[in-house]
Amino acid sequence: MEELSIFLARLDWSPLWISLKTGVAATIICFFLGILAARKVMEMTGPAKAIVDGILTLPMVLPPTVAGFFLLLLFSKRRPLGIFLWEGFGIKVVQSWLGCIIAASVIAFPLMYRNARSAFELVDINLIHAGRTLGMSETKIFFKVVLPTAGPGIAGGTILTFARALGEFGATSMLAGNISGKTATISQRIAMVLQDQDYLTAGIWVGIVMIIAFMVIFLFNLVVGKTSKNVHRW
Amino acid sequence: MSIDIDINKRLSNFCLHMSFREDSKRIGVLGASGAGKSMMLKMLAGIEKPDNGKIILDNRVLFDSEDHINLKPQKRNVGYLFQNYALFPNMTVSQNIAAGLKGDKEKVRSRVSEMVQKFRLTGLEDSLPGKLSGGQQQRAALARIMAYEPEMILLDEPFSALDVYLKDRMQEELMEMLSDYDGTVIMVSHSRDEIYRFSDTLAVVDEGKIISHGDTRKIFAQPETKAAAVLTGCKNISRAEIADPHVIKAVDWGITLKVKQVIPENIRYIGYRAHQFKPVWGSREENCVRFDLLSKAELQFEKNFYVKPESGSCDRDSMITWFVQRDKWDELKEKGYPDYLMFVEEDMLFLR
Repeated sequence: MEELSIFLARLDWSPLWISLKTGVAATIICFFLGILAARKVMEMTGPAKAIVDGILTLPMVLPPTVAGFFLLLLFSKRRPLGIFLWEGFGIKVVQSWLGCIIAASVIAFPLMYRNARSAFELVDINLIHAGRTLGMSETKIFFKVVLPTAGPGIAGGTILTFARALGEFGATSMLAGNISGKTATISQRIAMVLQDQDYLTAGIWVGIVMIIAFMVIFLFNLVVGKTSKNVHRW
Repeated sequence: MSIDIDINKRLSNFCLHMSFREDSKRIGVLGASGAGKSMMLKMLAGIEKPDNGKIILDNRVLFDSEDHINLKPQKRNVGYLFQNYALFPNMTVSQNIAAGLKGDKEKVRSRVSEMVQKFRLTGLEDSLPGKLSGGQQQRAALARIMAYEPEMILLDEPFSALDVYLKDRMQEELMEMLSDYDGTVIMVSHSRDEIYRFSDTLAVVDEGKIISHGDTRKIFAQPETKAAAVLTGCKNISRAEIADPHVIKAVDWGITLKVKQVIPENIRYIGYRAHQFKPVWGSREENCVRFDLLSKAELQFEKNFYVKPESGSCDRDSMITWFVQRDKWDELKEKGYPDYLMFVEEDMLFLR
């Protein structure tokens, strides 16, 4: 027991904080972009809608390494956008914490977007019509009627987005690398220590991830489960 | 108070074209489901946009395609009572009523409490709509509309979602709550009873067109067109041929009817309401038809007989429906089935 506590005290805890920070930052970005994208796509019609929807959902279906490949293509310091960001603003995406956030955001974004959209699509259109005929402004209708009505769906999407961003591995390792104390997230640390046959450290991190995952699912059920009171489902 | 409408809109299965001017304050719009009634209301409220035309409410232009005027629903000041009431589920009754109100808080609060009182919602101010009964929801929705004093109120099938036993109560309640409202109210419904009860003037709508328009009671008494006759509840309609100005042949029923009045030349159908047949025993009189009983149905307050006229054609169009109300049952029991059913001239509907 004492050995374990010494071991835990010596353990480098930075991956936990990096993962949590990345998760929170990516969730905030996805929250706003996802809701915005959901609203915009809902207003579209015809083939444009299908194409944009497909592109926005793609990161969810693609292997993360493929997304990582495209991100590298985009942000590499030898590519136009990478050069522009580095020389113009001194912003480095590859091998940096910013890379972690971008990779996690891209991978987790479809979860937020999809959930927000299905939540919005469940809002009774007559509520919006009623708001308009009552003289409420579009902004007021959105914030006072649509968002609260779609609230549980959006909250559920946010939680799933956080969970996905927290555990991102493939795209992150390609774009941000595995720099200890800087870009090494929990998932990357597990992969790394396992290469050195260090099952104890890996096991501890696995335990931590499982606790977080369980809490997330619990929270999700708590938030989303509440709404289905008056609905009979099969 | 007047409403002047002339609107066109291409819909998937027909072109909607409605044009009427009305000064009456209680207007009914009667039509089958899918006839374009709700679409018309939505265009009045600004929820849907007509392809072209104009909408003028009390000299205020709400829509005019020529002048490129299309007021937003927010600017039209037209209240809309939705079929499902569309109360905001996340807001309490008070918050719902206050939703469209602007101005300082104190004013809004006093307006809300005034509405709560008037619409008998006291004690329910802090309830969510999900907890209210159908009647309370209707009152809350109406209170929310009335709170911001619209110039016109649109009622979209207000009772169609209700149980039959609740309907009557709520129709009464709605009439009462609207009784001191000054503006125009348009009610759309497929129920002739609701419309008859509510409206002073009536527009009958079929496939996006207004086929009759005028005083409600007059249209029910003399529908003039086949579609209007069906919608106002006429059960018996036969194709008709005019033999001479006083003789009309009901082709489907296989009978010839003689009348004193001059029959207009453009008449294509003849209708007769099921309640108005006069049973005749013994010798045949004018405009009588011999019949075979096909089937009957006994209801609580009336008996329905489905009969085939003696020389009617073989298809189902020739069937005649005859309703006998409870107070006539004794006579029927005593004398047996009548030998003839008589068409009374005053009750004949000559239809285009």
